[in-house]
Amino acid sequence: MIRHTKTLLAGVAAAAFMVTGALAGDLRINFDDLNPGPKKGFEDMVEMFKAENPDINVIVNINDREAHKTAIRNFLTADAPDITSWYPGNRMAPFVDAGLFEPVDDVWAENGFNEDLAAIKPTMSRDGKIWGVPYSYYQWGIYYRKDIFDLLKIEEPTTWAELMASCKVMNDNGVKPFTIGTKFLWTAAGVFDYINLRTNGYDVHNDLTAGKIKYTDPRIKQTFINWKQMIDECGFVDNHASMSWQDALAPFANGDAAMYVMGNFAVSGMKDAGLTNDQIDYFQFPEITEGLPRAEEAPADAFFIPTNAKNKEDAKKFLAFVGRADVQTKLNETIGQLPVNSKAKVGDDKFIQEGFATVSTAAGLAQFYDRDAPAAMAKAGMEGFQKFMLDPSTLDDVLAELDRVQEEVYK
Amino acid sequence: MPASEFQATQQTSWMSRNKLAITPWVFLIPALIFFAIYVVIPIFQSITLSFYEWNGLYDADGNSTATWVGLENYKKLWTDPKFWVSLKNNVLWLFLFMLAVPLGLFIALFLNQTVPGMRFYKSMFFFPFVISQVVVGLIFGWFYNPDFGVVGSLWKMAFCEETTNILGNVTFKCSRTPPDILSSSEYATYGIIAAGLWPQIAYCMILYLTGLNNVAADQIEAGRLDGAKGWKMLWYVVLPQLRPATFIAVVVTVIGALRSFDMIAIMTQGGPHGSTNVLSYYMFETAISEYGERYGYGSSIATVLFIIMLFFISYFLWRMYQDEKGGR
Repeated sequence: MIRHTKTLLAGVAAAAFMVTGALAGDLRINFDDLNPGPKKGFEDMVEMFKAENPDINVIVNINDREAHKTAIRNFLTADAPDITSWYPGNRMAPFVDAGLFEPVDDVWAENGFNEDLAAIKPTMSRDGKIWGVPYSYYQWGIYYRKDIFDLLKIEEPTTWAELMASCKVMNDNGVKPFTIGTKFLWTAAGVFDYINLRTNGYDVHNDLTAGKIKYTDPRIKQTFINWKQMIDECGFVDNHASMSWQDALAPFANGDAAMYVMGNFAVSGMKDAGLTNDQIDYFQFPEITEGLPRAEEAPADAFFIPTNAKNKEDAKKFLAFVGRADVQTKLNETIGQLPVNSKAKVGDDKFIQEGFATVSTAAGLAQFYDRDAPAAMAKAGMEGFQKFMLDPSTLDDVLAELDRVQEEVYK
Repeated sequence: MPASEFQATQQTSWMSRNKLAITPWVFLIPALIFFAIYVVIPIFQSITLSFYEWNGLYDADGNSTATWVGLENYKKLWTDPKFWVSLKNNVLWLFLFMLAVPLGLFIALFLNQTVPGMRFYKSMFFFPFVISQVVVGLIFGWFYNPDFGVVGSLWKMAFCEETTNILGNVTFKCSRTPPDILSSSEYATYGIIAAGLWPQIAYCMILYLTGLNNVAADQIEAGRLDGAKGWKMLWYVVLPQLRPATFIAVVVTVIGALRSFDMIAIMTQGGPHGSTNVLSYYMFETAISEYGERYGYGSSIATVLFIIMLFFISYFLWRMYQDEKGGR
């Protein structure tokens, strides 16, 4: 214990030294993912940057994701790095509003990002300025058990009616159509977002999360009516409120449930559960309102320059580097996600290829309900979704309550 | 005599004259400083903060971004259904947690006998209090799990039959779906309280066990000669002698009920849809959690919780003061 404390102290001392010892040519970067894939991808990228810019001394600090979420609230003011990773959409809003991020419109203009990263530009913007450069994102959609679909002779549904018909076949054969784990709430938001995007489109999603549309609005109500149809005619696994998204993989892996509305990160969980590439596949969330431009859920990760950064010149060089097509190709190959730059190439994994085809042709990219809506609204909203899923008859209460919270949050 | 020397002797003499008055304060100073920094000052800070709206951020120059809103946060609390749900749950906790006192007493009476190996049994009964609340919460969470927990397994034995699904894997078909205690807005709070009671009963038990050691044998003897037995013996002879233990048991149980945070955090995170929130967890959720960042609003919840606790604590302190006066 004492030993441990000592090394900890030494670590703190070393960190303090590093901070005070930062020179003009130093570029300090805080990154927020310790998982082996993303960490390696980031480190390789830094090596590449160093090779191209031998005069810049890059100092990297990689933290755990949850710890980073807490730490960033302090270090942006107290001890700002030159670059930090963070998320676009409403997640960057508090920092932008407090004047803690530096606008990077010039980086976008000088490097042609306005064209190459066009799809993501709206969510990177706030108050008419652009605040960061995204390096990676991933698709959402419906992941399904191909072997069960083959056994029941079901095709990938492309419309809502086809989905309902497929669900009927599954239910008739004793297969629960959907698995989900809503214990930590956000999974339900994925389902809501998709039904809403398909029912009402991208603009309604944005207006809702921006507080311009009420939850009792007939359009949003229609979203919930469609959701109720999905619950009644398809159905989700029982006990979903006591399961995490990982727990919910169990019925999927066992073949009790056939579909999962999820992000691409779930694929590795499915493979860990013993499923092979032949058993699982992906299709886009089916169309509900005919002819509506197809928008997708694609949460992005990005790099930002804090206002208090000491070396903004090199930081902008780094952002220009991060947005480049070849850099994004290489980085995302290691991470197993999609590059944001439309000129970048993707690996030969089938989910990555299908995802790239889905996202790069989308009419709009949503960040996810809990990133597009302010924190307090997102929390209340997701609790409402869970309540509705457990008992759809509470719909009117849920919507009225969300209206009340909305009025309070957006003033 | 040089002036400096004269001063020194005078100083030491002042010190020695007031030694008895000063010494306790010298010893108290470190504790007082830390108590002020970590308890007293933060109380006033959070009360102040409850009149502001603040997302916890400072701007680039280090100025707070808080804005003064006066009593707005308290007005919001009044109309916030989640606040009332939390308060209601706090009351539920307070009442149901009190069960730990009589249950602890009966286990203590049961264990207060001379049987070989009694020390071992006692320590086994005390065990739940020794393990961390987080572990208790986690274990009970699994215990209640409808898929693989004890509850689920028993249910499967009674109402489910094993079949194979479409892919030939083993699965269960149930005539009734198993109860999902922690995801039901009606039962989840009771489920968590039951889990919280387990270590609390052990705590009360150990308090009573030590109390029972001090019960005067001669009074029991005298009671027995006068024909007191069973319940009457317990009620009129033993319990009055256990009054100090009962008092402490009630105090720790009330405080334990009001700060029931860890169990909720580990078992439900306030869910499903906020129905198991209590004030302390709701405060954490609004202020510090990922979807919170409303420090002003969180502080106003903290202030309300503080007032409720203050009420109990002042009563307890007053009681203790009365007892001490009586003892003199």
